[in-house]
Amino acid sequence: MRKTTVIATMLASTILAGTATAEDVTLTIESWRNDDLAIWQNDIIPAFEAAHPGIKLKFTPSAPAEYNAVLNSKLDAGSAGDIITCRPFDASQALYEAGHLAEISDLDGMANFSPVAKSGWSTDDATVQYCVPMASVIHGFIYNKEAFAEVGVEVPETEAEFFAVLEKIKEDGNYIPMAMGTNDQWEAATMGYNNIGPNYWKGEEGRLALIAGEQKLTDEAWIAPYRQLAKWAPYLGDGYEAQTYPDSQNIFTLGRAAIYPAGSWEVSGFNGLADFEMGAFYPPVQKAGDTCYISDHTDIGIGMNAATPNAEAAKTFLNWVASSEFSTIFANALPGFFPLSSAPVTVEDPLAEEFISWRGECESSIRSTYQILSRGTPNLENDTWNASVAVLKGEETPQAAGQRLQEGLASWYAPQQ
Amino acid sequence: MPEQQTKAKFRWHIVVFLAPAVMVYTAVMIYPLFNTLRLSLFTEVDQSRVFVGLENFRTLFGNTLWSTQFWNALGNNFWFFLVHMLVQNPIGVALAAILSHPKLRFAGFYRSAIFIPTILSFVIVGFAWKLILSPIWGIAPGLLDAVGLKSLYAPWLGKEAYALTTLSLVSVWQFVGIPMMLIYAALLSIPDEILEAAEVDGVTGFAAFWKIKLPLILPSIGIISILTFVANFNAFDLIYAAQGALAGPDFSTDILGTFMYRTFFGFQLQLGDPHMGSTIASAMFAIILIGVCLYLFGIQSRMRRYQF
Repeated sequence: MRKTTVIATMLASTILAGTATAEDVTLTIESWRNDDLAIWQNDIIPAFEAAHPGIKLKFTPSAPAEYNAVLNSKLDAGSAGDIITCRPFDASQALYEAGHLAEISDLDGMANFSPVAKSGWSTDDATVQYCVPMASVIHGFIYNKEAFAEVGVEVPETEAEFFAVLEKIKEDGNYIPMAMGTNDQWEAATMGYNNIGPNYWKGEEGRLALIAGEQKLTDEAWIAPYRQLAKWAPYLGDGYEAQTYPDSQNIFTLGRAAIYPAGSWEVSGFNGLADFEMGAFYPPVQKAGDTCYISDHTDIGIGMNAATPNAEAAKTFLNWVASSEFSTIFANALPGFFPLSSAPVTVEDPLAEEFISWRGECESSIRSTYQILSRGTPNLENDTWNASVAVLKGEETPQAAGQRLQEGLASWYAPQQ
Repeated sequence: MPEQQTKAKFRWHIVVFLAPAVMVYTAVMIYPLFNTLRLSLFTEVDQSRVFVGLENFRTLFGNTLWSTQFWNALGNNFWFFLVHMLVQNPIGVALAAILSHPKLRFAGFYRSAIFIPTILSFVIVGFAWKLILSPIWGIAPGLLDAVGLKSLYAPWLGKEAYALTTLSLVSVWQFVGIPMMLIYAALLSIPDEILEAAEVDGVTGFAAFWKIKLPLILPSIGIISILTFVANFNAFDLIYAAQGALAGPDFSTDILGTFMYRTFFGFQLQLGDPHMGSTIASAMFAIILIGVCLYLFGIQSRMRRYQF
């Protein structure tokens, strides 16, 4: 008897609560960025709601590793939120093709983005856009300024200078020259191969040629980064084979290593941990005066559930995400994740500012394996992890690694056959 | 002869009492198992599921990209199993024999201490051992250095030649308590009369163990072997916790469980393929089934049982 009363009260309160807010539209946002919950609740949501009365936002993130699976089942069951945070490339494209993500090509705010920025969330022929590009991460090297001053080295600009710096730090003996391990594999590919690679394959030019089948992974431009990677091993500190990603982060922030091959997403974490001054430099070019290319990788997008009943409100929100107001809030709340919009944005964090300043100096590209090329079996991205580690450890020659990847890619990708 | 006696009443209470267990078991075990087997006969073409018969199995065993990975995982799995059989079970038997010695003091303490790792989560074990063996923060290099054997240290988990064996030994460390407990129970159930009779005949000490106790606990050892086999071929957690889904370095620790996980759920940019994943799961099921059948019909049925 008592239980029924409680249930009845709860039901009644739900109905009442439902009617009370009936005039407001509430948009639920699906995301894997549970780290950003505070930023959304304290900065982004109040700013949006203040400017758009009548639309309420609810940010409901899930754990990163589970996001894809959770989202897929929610979409299939019809219980997913109105706004969907998009992983780049195939994961989101599959959602679009399955009819879960709405086309938003004609959104006004879309004009604020470059083709490279949009490539993460458009169909292969770039005619249909299904997510608004939200943030990218830039690759480069973070270094310990105090260590550099102590050893007496300058920031390297060319490859030769880079190795001279490493050699000098090694001779000095107080610091591990570079903090990176191969246990988790992805660092060698993401912070190694795809970090230094764009300088060799000339960024977008090489990346698009590879997709078109005009270049091969056995070409000099694609083998040369492996050759450089193979020379890193002596500078990586004892037992790097079993060193994990958190190990490397800790070694660097404890001040035991001088250089850290990085992605800009490390910035906010490192700021809180390191008690020395940090700087960043972009991947050294082959010869002085060469154009520099950086990996400015599209990482987070945001789109609209095709089944949402609040399509108009959702579009208003997406347009706002494409504006410079959102970009500024986002870039400063999360230094290291950079807005992709071409609208001017000021970043206050000095380290993050250094990363974003390269956009003016260098040509931007994205990770070579992410668009289209990792769609088949064997998976080129996973193979690149494996090859980068093997080359770094000296278990495979750069030539053999390129050959193996090319054979794997050609086995399923028609333009490379 | 009255009619009632030949036509026994249907005993409904049996059905009623069995129903909950049967229903739960069907829902969470039998149905998923058969659905997995069914799923392995399908593939996805343009967002719809198509029946392809045994095509997936042909891909798995016929396409070198898949088959090399499969055989690599299977080979690693056999090595994983072999290490357990050669290290875990003999140590388990030895520990049980020592523990069952009537003169041993603190037997209860040792028993609990050795058994405790078994109840720890894989994630804790994987992480703790990763830290212990870490070249940077670990105590393994320091300990070896202290006894002058620093030269023996290597970053084992990062070396292809050692990683799988190292993880197998970690797993042995974790689970050695199980054979120990089972054998211990079997040893305790041997009646004292037999041992006393043997003693009268002059069989004592080691001889008593080899000639009297070991033959009597052989059925238990058989059960332990088959449990080890099933557990090892279903293993996944420890490798995943320590080395991740790519089972590095260079797939040297890849076992069927991690291979299946990677295929079924996808990894990083690799999208999940439930159909190929189910195919691998079915192959795992077949391997385990064959192993268990060989044991049941080849060994178990021939084993001699002693009645006390």
